[in-house]
Amino acid sequence: MKYQTQKVAMLYFYGALGLFIAQVLFGVLAGTIYVLPNTLSELLPFNIVRMVHTNALIVWLLMGFMGSTYYLLPEEAETELFSTRIAVAQFWLFLVAAAIAVVGYLFHYHEGREFLEQPFLIKVGIVIVALMFLFNITLTVLKGRKTVVTNILIFGLWGVAIFFLFAFYNPVNLALDKMYWWYVVHLWVEGVWELIMASVLAFLMIKLNGIDREVVEKWLYVIVGLALFSGILGTGHHFYWIGAPGYWQWIGSLFSTLEVAPFFTMVVFTFVMTWKAGRKHPNRAALLWSIGCSVMAFFGAGVWGFLHTLSSVNYYTHGTQVTAAHGHLAFFGAYVMLNLAVMAYAVPELRGRSPYNQWLSMVSFWIMCTAMSVMTFALTFAGVLQVHLQRVLGESFMDVQDQLAIFYWVRLGSGVFVLISALMFLWALFVPGRERRPVGTPSIQPAE
Amino acid sequence: MAERLTKTGARNVFYGGSAFFFVIFLGLTAHSHYYMRTTSTDEATLSDSVGRGKHVWEKNACINCHTILGEGAYFAPEVGNVWKRWGGDTDPDTARATLKAWMAAQPSGIEGRRQMPQFNLTERELEDLANFLEWTSRIKTQNWPPNDAG
Repeated sequence: MKYQTQKVAMLYFYGALGLFIAQVLFGVLAGTIYVLPNTLSELLPFNIVRMVHTNALIVWLLMGFMGSTYYLLPEEAETELFSTRIAVAQFWLFLVAAAIAVVGYLFHYHEGREFLEQPFLIKVGIVIVALMFLFNITLTVLKGRKTVVTNILIFGLWGVAIFFLFAFYNPVNLALDKMYWWYVVHLWVEGVWELIMASVLAFLMIKLNGIDREVVEKWLYVIVGLALFSGILGTGHHFYWIGAPGYWQWIGSLFSTLEVAPFFTMVVFTFVMTWKAGRKHPNRAALLWSIGCSVMAFFGAGVWGFLHTLSSVNYYTHGTQVTAAHGHLAFFGAYVMLNLAVMAYAVPELRGRSPYNQWLSMVSFWIMCTAMSVMTFALTFAGVLQVHLQRVLGESFMDVQDQLAIFYWVRLGSGVFVLISALMFLWALFVPGRERRPVGTPSIQPAE
Repeated sequence: MAERLTKTGARNVFYGGSAFFFVIFLGLTAHSHYYMRTTSTDEATLSDSVGRGKHVWEKNACINCHTILGEGAYFAPEVGNVWKRWGGDTDPDTARATLKAWMAAQPSGIEGRRQMPQFNLTERELEDLANFLEWTSRIKTQNWPPNDAG
């Protein structure tokens, strides 16, 4: 760590990890309700549990992105943050807004569009948080060095805020409602979030592998170009069956197929950069999480997305467990792992010590990735069976669900392992272990 | 990475290409907006009651168990075509009565069966919800879902 103000990132990482554990706990609870449906059915119905599960995920990922930005920006811009005070105030405002939202959900105080359930005032709070954040980071960049990494990152973060404004537009016509709802949901996760992912991975490659900045920057433009060229019109794969014109079946199928390309390029990027590595960074765990992120994102977002993106396939798979399988692995690979990779790298740097327990971090990596893969396969098999029984043979929804129980048990089991591995990750990050060395051990400085 | 592609070149392709595709996307959105208002949905029957019914659907977070036009949670049945599944397209009165009886009977309390909460909807809310589901069932969805099972 070179700049004092980078320390503010720790606050965000603590907040993000706390919400991560809450998200996984509610996920395990939701998985339990799937197999034991009378669980808490009067006190805490499934819809509330799922709302907390998805909202906690979104908030902690955003909190992680903000922490990552506050960490990397001073090093990239070669200047202190514009204001630490704004960064701290913004964190608490965000955390309190999220806490009020979650407690409100438990008492059935919410709006009703998926993922955008936050009450109106909380949405306004989120916009204020975003404005404070963008103000702070934009002024930091303007007074410092401008790099491609920060340009792309800030482009992505502004996009997040701008597209969130569609959350305030809820037309009474359901078809219109759905079309603009995707302006938030799709253009976030298959658009501007990919810019954040690519630029943060590029930063990690520079730091961990000591790769020349010029090389990384060209790759970065190619990756984000592929992401937006495919991802913007790829939105069409959500417009097949919501009352939009038929041409979206052609446009959506074509462009969303190409959405595999940026994810594949990110895999090639992280591997080539690691092979070419000019030096070995002592934090091997962070490198494993970074490379793993690109690989799991490729499978979750790329391959599992492609599985059901062609309109002729999606006609049968739309709204089944196939979608759930893709959603879980895509969010995990692309965005959960990205945040964990940044934390694995940045927390030891922020604390000025060698990484506490790399071995445990790597074990948690393999358990978490295996558990998420098992979960994805279980849901995929459930989905394929559901498609056949329900969409082809026409059996009723609940009759079909009863036949899928075994897959839901496997999913619950893998969810428990995700929880265990998440706790191991926290332990590896924060609890001193055998590998503890005296503070002040000189760490290798990355090349620029 | 090809040497022919300079960093400046890559940057220009990125910004220019993204702007190009975004403009096309906005144009197609505008057309789809027009198509939805005039062709695929029936705005003439989009009454205040349908609007209130949509609000009942939202206020109770129904989408976090059910799907509507295939979007939502996958824990409970699709409702975009529930009106048709319950025969509402030929006999709306019976479908309306079925909906009211169904909502009144929840939760079933049956062991090992997924539980739908009791939402304590008023008579008017039930009417509005029925009107919303009826209106939704008439959206032209390129013939999705494949069958009545949803």
